Amino acid sequence: MSTETIAMPAETAETDALRIIAFCCHYCAFTAADLAGTMRRQYPPNIRIVRFPCTGRLETNTILQAFLDGADGVLVAGCEPGGCHFLKGNLRAAKRVEHCRRLLEQAGVSPERLEMRHIAASQGPLFAETARQFTEKIRMIKEQARRGTAPSDECLGDEP
Amino acid sequence: MNTTMLKAGSRLERILRSGRPVVTAELGPPKSADTDLIRRKAGYLRGVVDAANITDNQTAIVRMSSIGAALIAMQEGLEPVIQITCRDRNRLAVQSDVLGAYALGIRNVLCLTGDHQKFGNHPAAKNVFDMDSIQLVAMLRAMRDEKVFACGDEIRNSKKAPVVEPRMFIGAAANPFGDPFPFRVARLAKKVNAGADFIQTQCIYDMKRFRQWMQQVCDRGLHERVYILAGITPLKSLRMAEHMRDNVAGLTVPEEIIERLRGAENAAEEGERIAVEQIQELLQIPGVHGVHIMAIESEHIVPDLLKKAGLLPRPVVADPLHDAVTSGPEMLRDSVSGVAENRNRAAQPVG
Amino acid sequence: MIVAEQKPFEDIYSYAKRHRRVLLLGCGTCVTVCMAGGEKEVGILASLVRLAARERNDDITVDEHTITRQCDAEFFDETTARKAADAEAVISMGCGVGVQFCAQRFPDKIVYPALNTKFYGATIEQGVWAERCAGCGECVLADFGGICPVARCSKSLLNGPCGGSQDGRCEVDPERVECAWQLIYERMEAMGRLEELEKIQPFKDWSQHRDGGPRTITREEVRL
Repeated sequence: MSTETIAMPAETAETDALRIIAFCCHYCAFTAADLAGTMRRQYPPNIRIVRFPCTGRLETNTILQAFLDGADGVLVAGCEPGGCHFLKGNLRAAKRVEHCRRLLEQAGVSPERLEMRHIAASQGPLFAETARQFTEKIRMIKEQARRGTAPSDECLGDEP
Repeated sequence: MNTTMLKAGSRLERILRSGRPVVTAELGPPKSADTDLIRRKAGYLRGVVDAANITDNQTAIVRMSSIGAALIAMQEGLEPVIQITCRDRNRLAVQSDVLGAYALGIRNVLCLTGDHQKFGNHPAAKNVFDMDSIQLVAMLRAMRDEKVFACGDEIRNSKKAPVVEPRMFIGAAANPFGDPFPFRVARLAKKVNAGADFIQTQCIYDMKRFRQWMQQVCDRGLHERVYILAGITPLKSLRMAEHMRDNVAGLTVPEEIIERLRGAENAAEEGERIAVEQIQELLQIPGVHGVHIMAIESEHIVPDLLKKAGLLPRPVVADPLHDAVTSGPEMLRDSVSGVAENRNRAAQPVG
Repeated sequence: MIVAEQKPFEDIYSYAKRHRRVLLLGCGTCVTVCMAGGEKEVGILASLVRLAARERNDDITVDEHTITRQCDAEFFDETTARKAADAEAVISMGCGVGVQFCAQRFPDKIVYPALNTKFYGATIEQGVWAERCAGCGECVLADFGGICPVARCSKSLLNGPCGGSQDGRCEVDPERVECAWQLIYERMEAMGRLEELEKIQPFKDWSQHRDGGPRTITREEVRL
């Protein structure tokens, strides 16, 4: 698992096509995503869902690999606290994600590009809303990064 | 007093032998090479205390060496007790320093484990702890009584040279308030068995616990084998009392004292009043042979405190250091030429 | 086991940045158990270096490899030799012993340490390790109820607790460090052996510790 590359959605004609990976727990968020579809709730197509038996199964390096393979954002979606099928997998995942955010920061990657959310199986609309919000956040981060690296006119003006 | 029985012959030893309550106080050397500060502090204590403890990088903060500061204190007419911790010196360094200290006329030493360097201003330093305070006591006793170094060699420069051993009056510390409490008196017994002649305790606020501890000391008969000086640190403010209570391990400050300071108009004066009461109470406890005042960076209050406690004037004893100083090396005699005057001044009966 | 923890990432990255191709070499023994330098940690660190290199536009290729033990010549096999040969430098995720062994095995490579080697310790619970042995060379555990005052007392005191013991904790780090002497006292008391603690322990012979110089052991009966 750790060294496998995760297939990304093909880049669209849009240059700002976002690639977002959602690692979803089979028992909750994955079902919620399914439900969102059944309920015909729209959510952005940039999100590629990877099903896990439990977010507790998610290794730190799997998250890092997703970024290495080109993900703009990674969403980890597990059960609500107390609702884990394996008792504490979701809580362990939350700690791991927190640690992973610190690692990303050390490597110079914005930790905001990784997030953990708790979504129960019945919360189809919440999944769709979370997906929308996260995608929007990642779009803004990417936008900011693009602006940050491209020198603005004012900056150029300061140079002799 | 039979002087042939004396172990070191210091003033401290003589007065303890006499059975009169002894007063010692702490003199903290400066965090610089400033000799004036030592002379000023010595001035407060001269004629007021029987001996002054010169601390050894206390709380692991670098200060002038205790031997260096002790020599200046001697010039000012004080009898020093040099403190030696196991934190900064191994067995070579300690033995060498004790030979030097003895050669300079120092006759009392207090053996301490030493505060951990973490609490001082060089927390990244390597500590030594080649030995602990009990082994240090045993080593100094063997140097004095068996005239041998820790390795077993005789203390003489060569086979033909005379044996000249450092004859120190050996002290150790005791903390009646640390944990595990039941082991505290056992640890004191170990120090006595190792050869401690006198004990200076951690500062006492919790009188009840101290009495319990002293009871255990007497039950073991230790008070007949060692002189116990009870530690006193006058509280200067409510904040200081709370700091002592909250941040100093092995120290308890009863709520009653905190309350008294809180209610006082002048906390420093109240602190002194509390200290006077404590001194008087402590001297009534069986087995307590005197008090040790640790007025941290406020040595100037000691005379007034002792006067109020009724401990002045101090007894005058035959000059114990005279021989050591006048028979010392040429250079030393020059450097302490002012000593005799100062000492004469100190020897005047006070009051 | 030998317990270690990873150096700050910036330190490791500063080593990697000096080269275009580095081999991250993990160790499958102690540092795998203490989760500092095993295969998994090699993978994470490799990913981080790659991510950082991409973010900072540095040209660094990272190879990953983990062997069973870095302190034993037999595990440095051909694959390892080849991978090391391909790289400009090796970043060892072994303990200090492993790093030195790598340096010896790959004489023409610069070998960097990725870990800070801390102590000989035990896993107290998953994610918590603590020092238990100081390697003093002359074990004293028989006298102290199986609790080592040399390794576990902040001042290595052999004759009882200092004044800094309160409520079973050591003043040097009350949150994390227990007072070894409180533990010794309780254990000896439980075993009815308290009087043994009244014996004055003589000087310790530190020549058996590292103070006597680097130590070696040679046993002719097992040499080949």
